[in-house]
Amino acid sequence: MDRYDAIIIGGGHNGLVNGAYLARGGLKTLILERRHLVGGAAITEELRPGFSFTTFSYALSLLRPQIIHELELPRHGFLPLLMSTRFAPGADGDHLLFTRDHDENLREIIRHSPHDADAYEQYGHDLDRVCQAIKPLLDMAPPDIFSDDPEELVALASLGSRLRSLDRRTLHNAVRLLTGSAADFVDDYFDSELLKGWLASSSIIGSKVGPRSQGSGLVLLFHSLGEHDGEFGTWAFHKGGNGGFTQVLARAAQAFGAEIRLEAPVERVLTRDGEATGVALADGTEIAADVVVSALDPRRTFLELVDPRELPDDLVEDIRRLKFQGVSSKVNFALDGLPAHPELGARADIYRGFVNIGPSIDYLERAYDAAKYGRYSEEPYIDCAIQSTIDPDMAPPGRHVLSCFVQYTPYRLREGDWDIEREPMADRVQATLERFFPGFGDLVLQREVQTPLDIERTLGLSEGNIFAGEFLAPQMFFFRPAPGWSQYRTPLAGYYQCGSGTHPGGCVMGAPGRNAAHQILKDRGTPIG
Amino acid sequence: MIRTTPFHPRTSALNETGLWQHWSGHLAASRYQSSDKLEYFAVRNAAGIFDTSPLYKYRIAGRDAERFLSGMLARDIRQCPPGHAHYTTWLDERGFVLEDGVIQHRSVGEYLLTSAEPNFAWFADRVGRMAVSVEEVSLGIGALAVQGPRSRDLLARLVPDTAALPFFGITTGSIGGRPVTVSRTGYTGDLGYEVWVETPDALAVWDALWDALDGRGVLPYGMAALYMLRIEAGLMLLGVDFDSSRFAFNDAHRSTPLELGWRWMFKGLAEDDRPFIGRRALEREIAERTSRWNMVGLVVDWQDYDRVYSAAGLIPPKDHRPIHEDWMVYDDERRRVGYAASTMYSPVLQRHVALARVRPDLGRPGTRLFLEFTVDHHYEQVAAHVARLPLYNPQRKTA
Repeated sequence: MDRYDAIIIGGGHNGLVNGAYLARGGLKTLILERRHLVGGAAITEELRPGFSFTTFSYALSLLRPQIIHELELPRHGFLPLLMSTRFAPGADGDHLLFTRDHDENLREIIRHSPHDADAYEQYGHDLDRVCQAIKPLLDMAPPDIFSDDPEELVALASLGSRLRSLDRRTLHNAVRLLTGSAADFVDDYFDSELLKGWLASSSIIGSKVGPRSQGSGLVLLFHSLGEHDGEFGTWAFHKGGNGGFTQVLARAAQAFGAEIRLEAPVERVLTRDGEATGVALADGTEIAADVVVSALDPRRTFLELVDPRELPDDLVEDIRRLKFQGVSSKVNFALDGLPAHPELGARADIYRGFVNIGPSIDYLERAYDAAKYGRYSEEPYIDCAIQSTIDPDMAPPGRHVLSCFVQYTPYRLREGDWDIEREPMADRVQATLERFFPGFGDLVLQREVQTPLDIERTLGLSEGNIFAGEFLAPQMFFFRPAPGWSQYRTPLAGYYQCGSGTHPGGCVMGAPGRNAAHQILKDRGTPIG
Repeated sequence: MIRTTPFHPRTSALNETGLWQHWSGHLAASRYQSSDKLEYFAVRNAAGIFDTSPLYKYRIAGRDAERFLSGMLARDIRQCPPGHAHYTTWLDERGFVLEDGVIQHRSVGEYLLTSAEPNFAWFADRVGRMAVSVEEVSLGIGALAVQGPRSRDLLARLVPDTAALPFFGITTGSIGGRPVTVSRTGYTGDLGYEVWVETPDALAVWDALWDALDGRGVLPYGMAALYMLRIEAGLMLLGVDFDSSRFAFNDAHRSTPLELGWRWMFKGLAEDDRPFIGRRALEREIAERTSRWNMVGLVVDWQDYDRVYSAAGLIPPKDHRPIHEDWMVYDDERRRVGYAASTMYSPVLQRHVALARVRPDLGRPGTRLFLEFTVDHHYEQVAAHVARLPLYNPQRKTA
């Protein structure tokens, strides 16, 4: 039987990060991927000759900078290409266009509301302060509040003193964001409906909340925690899409000595006397390992890869109660040219970043209303990205790929099912784009649709939830994925978890993979610096 | 009055910012749109086009041209056959650098030399009785740099010989029906070419070139992006990383080629008996090891950098815009051992980097040093290590 120090189940970005760190820490490491390519949800596929689609995940911001350095990613081709504009078309042909010139952006805001210009600066500053305060928490295992271990008590105390060191406004803003609604938060600053809709759009990504739901502030904050070259809240497209990025991770992991095996689905984790001893593949092969790490979501980690009877009842129950409720779809287009905006035309520069179809909070909230009742939105929220304007290698000359992140499309439809509703839903997306960019339909060469059901089927993410467990306060930090199990361990010795269902959560962040590797190496007595 | 380049009617139509700077008496776009970094990435990821016409250009030709230049230039021009170009330098008698430039050997006995500052008199006054003419052709020739991974494929569609052109090779062809010379040279450290045209042909060539490039991910880039690219490429900038010895008031403002990291230019010096200006001084410097400096790359330790800013309650800035100021460099015992004149945050390397002069014994890659700058209006010293130049050196550059 093959034998490794560590086996990682799942070659998504967290599995790759985890495997790279374990290999770097000296462990003989094997990463097992069920599909024919690594990357999990962060893949790029050439679905039409010359057109590269970021099938699922499509942009980069939250990746922890330490990972870039510690795994020496620039040596392996890491190349996050700056998005230089942001564009928010309004419902009435109006728009907000932000460039890299801050003063130009303030003038653009004043065009909509003189009040909102310095408010925008205040908002940015306040959000930066909260992000600065919270970011260090991303890079550590949450302290175990249920433990009497002195080390945990010290960690808890240091967390408390960190909070106490914040100024009142920052701490208050943090609490307002972590517990309140994004609509309330942005309402305090702004008048312009277009601007508010735009900013609040990041409060609903991947989550079954509307901008007026309590808890949407947390989602907004989470999506503000990223950076591009030190600039908070800024996004990039990786060269070759997010699949280009995970290929970089795979090369880095291999350079540290990790082995990657493709088309190697794991059937179950092998255990003996409450201890993991290896894995069994679907083809019956057994591979032994001291450490087995699941990069899958918590439902699969605890209820499928191992027999729930081997686990404490309360944990099993907590995992069963964990909310997934996927609401996001991807609709990707191959285009014959750039869409034309009624006012600005088909200028390339307006598409060099996200194009936000969410022109007001009302619009977003109405889109959410449908989801509450098990329907998909008639007029969905769409986050568009024409990556080929930034990375021309994504499409042939003069042609483009358009990635559309779509909400709301609830996993559980009250009527019909996704195999029937897939194309009608995509028709709604296309019709919405047609409204904002008349003539859009004529540009479409090909359309690819990924509903929550497809996401679950293809990637194994339960209910198609892109975060492997929703971003709800009771499912974060101390409680992610379950109370008492937020430190990447499981009740089975040698069995660990490192997916987005663990702290701090989803997005192409890599923190779960890195934090879990630290925990594993620490438990083995070989902590890394 | 400030001049415009032969391409100005086109570049000015593309410049959305209204930002221009003066370069050798010409208007040069600082950046064409709101993001210099976008232009930088166009070069690193696809291709960029840059109007490099303001360079000084001299045609040096005649039966004795090679003999003349082999005495004037420190690098052995006899090793540069027709169809090739050299990055070269010329020195004073004390072995200090007057300037650097690229010389193209266009045909037997005919050369085109480019430089950043006027050098006509220096060359012309030294012709003596040799059969050589030195001609000032700066305004007669326009030049466009096309740089980046896509540059070869794009240019080869217009000038097929480009496809097989070696690093520092030159060839001719036509673009838009006008004759051009294409050299595989540039100031970006990437795969790239420069297209040389007669001024009257400039707009026709631009239009044909632009038609072929437009929609293929190519952006025009300005001085701001150029200055980023050249630091990563380890290419020195006159007036920043070194000064011309001719106008220096003291030796602190003078550099020898060895001090600038150009030892590779003199690999064959022992076998080459050619007399050239500065040769004796150069030989003495090599023999007696009297170089005062070693030009190196510095890569800043990211953890230490974050530490000093975080301790001050600040978000560590990662600003890609080059800083052309002297930042002091210290050794482990905090003795001053050099200075960095060009510093930036490199997006491709994801680190703060610098071009620095350090004491010659400290030039070994990996040597731990400290770079000093201010945080909250006081000095901080942050760990860095010595790295070989160029800091960024993709295989495609020479492949």
